Amino acid sequence: MKEPSDLSILVKNSGEWLKGTGPESDIVISSRIRLARNLAGFPFIKKCSEDDRRKIERQVRTRLEAMSAWKDIQYVHVDTLSEVDRQFLVERQLISREIAEAEGSRAVAIDPGEQYSVMVNEEDHLRIQVMHSGLDLDSAWDQIDRIDDTVEGELLYAFHPKFGYLTACPTNVGTGLRVSVMLHLPGLVITQQIDKVFRSMQRINVTVRGLYGEGSQYTGDFYQVSNQVTLGHTERELLTMVGDEVVPRIIDYERKARDFLMEKGEQDLLDDVSRALGILSTARKISSEETMHYLSKVRLGVNLGLIDDVEVATINKLFIHTQPAHLQKLRGRMLTTSDRHVERANYLHQHLRNGGPADVN
Amino acid sequence: MKCQYCDKPATFHITELTEPDGPQILHLCEHHARTVLQKEEPSPIKTVTGALAKQLQLGQTKEELRKLDKKACPSCGITFFEFRNTGRLGCPMDYTHFESDLTPLLLNIHDSLQHTGKRPSRAAANVDAQAELISLRKEMEAAVQSEQYEKASKIRDRINEIQGDPKHPGFVAPATDDEGDADLSGDAQDAPGEGGGGL
Repeated sequence: MKEPSDLSILVKNSGEWLKGTGPESDIVISSRIRLARNLAGFPFIKKCSEDDRRKIERQVRTRLEAMSAWKDIQYVHVDTLSEVDRQFLVERQLISREIAEAEGSRAVAIDPGEQYSVMVNEEDHLRIQVMHSGLDLDSAWDQIDRIDDTVEGELLYAFHPKFGYLTACPTNVGTGLRVSVMLHLPGLVITQQIDKVFRSMQRINVTVRGLYGEGSQYTGDFYQVSNQVTLGHTERELLTMVGDEVVPRIIDYERKARDFLMEKGEQDLLDDVSRALGILSTARKISSEETMHYLSKVRLGVNLGLIDDVEVATINKLFIHTQPAHLQKLRGRMLTTSDRHVERANYLHQHLRNGGPADVN
Repeated sequence: MKCQYCDKPATFHITELTEPDGPQILHLCEHHARTVLQKEEPSPIKTVTGALAKQLQLGQTKEELRKLDKKACPSCGITFFEFRNTGRLGCPMDYTHFESDLTPLLLNIHDSLQHTGKRPSRAAANVDAQAELISLRKEMEAAVQSEQYEKASKIRDRINEIQGDPKHPGFVAPATDDEGDADLSGDAQDAPGEGGGGL
């Protein structure tokens, strides 16, 4: 396990989950699973003294260091990072906003491919996360199940025979498992069917929210579908509910919406996505929200074969790399909002003109 | 149109899909939109407090509620009132101490009271030892805060005794360094990342 002094390795690379591969990857961006675990014999984080937090952090770090397969893992002390670096990890989906904004000893262990990470001292002592590109929950579960077993090692988890894995918030108790499938649904947004689709989902125990928040169209038409309950079902049952019952239905609706748009007005759609690409590749100043909005249209255009000289992987990366902290890390300096608008436009220009390189650096 | 929280123009129009009564449209300025959008989880606090409110409306009189609010966990000290306000429990023992009070809430959230999923490879530890460890940590913190270092040192020895005995169900892990470096001065030491703790 390595303890890097900065995040430069991450800045240069991109997560596996942005590759745009895997089943249904024209609609499903990523499949994420997280497990919440707490150590027995310690209070939950909110009631921990700083001394307790340091001990938990050290116990977990010692455990991770002992895992030989984890020699390439980067172990980052979140409490020593600058605000921009913390924001960078949030944008990259490697840590939660909660741990970024918390106080006291806290850390994250990140694998080089960014497929899995372990947060230490978030709301729970341990939050293990696995993220795969496309709809790939079964193999994501196999991976996180193995990681959970290995990390547990000789740590003693807080567990109750009736209530399962005990967590700080009763909404996570039992399996401690949250499955989140991130979907790109521009077709349902354009045809104004999105609210209707999600209203029908509310009756079946799933939660829907946006990429970095709740339900905003301006976050690039991304929606995350997650299980609501965590107790009373096995992990496999929860995966089946989200991955086999709910998500395929939404994918089906989105495909129908896209077919409808192509049949009824291919020229209009072609015009719309081409204009979006035009704005992104020629603008001189552009906000993050506007970027997300147009990137979403371009992504739809690429997936429908209306734009053929841009790679989906490039678009996926641009969604993340044009976020405020990413832009500052990539440019290697602090930028004001107005400077960021200019730099973001430059960055888009550089990567979208003539199709742009598939590998965004 | 003005932002619904201030006088600035509303430039963000957000449809909340998680509202129980169907989608709700919010009209917000950039600042307030950010605040709303930065909510990471689908507001578990709202889920918990909402479920609690429902449960309390059904079952309890004001008098019963006042009494319940004062109930505290003997291990971590959290009161039911504090939990009700934050939506977060204080320690694993709360599930035992507040079991009967949490039961309707858990049923409301999960529609179940029995875990059927994965289990840790090691059997659940002696509950008494876990509870004692949590109480001792709280007492040690209090002793350090009030500069009673001799008392803190005794508590630390007892914690090590529980954790260090492999036969004891409260045993934690051999790789773990013990609590011998507990910060008894009250000052923050061995900042993470500076090689503290001799690891």
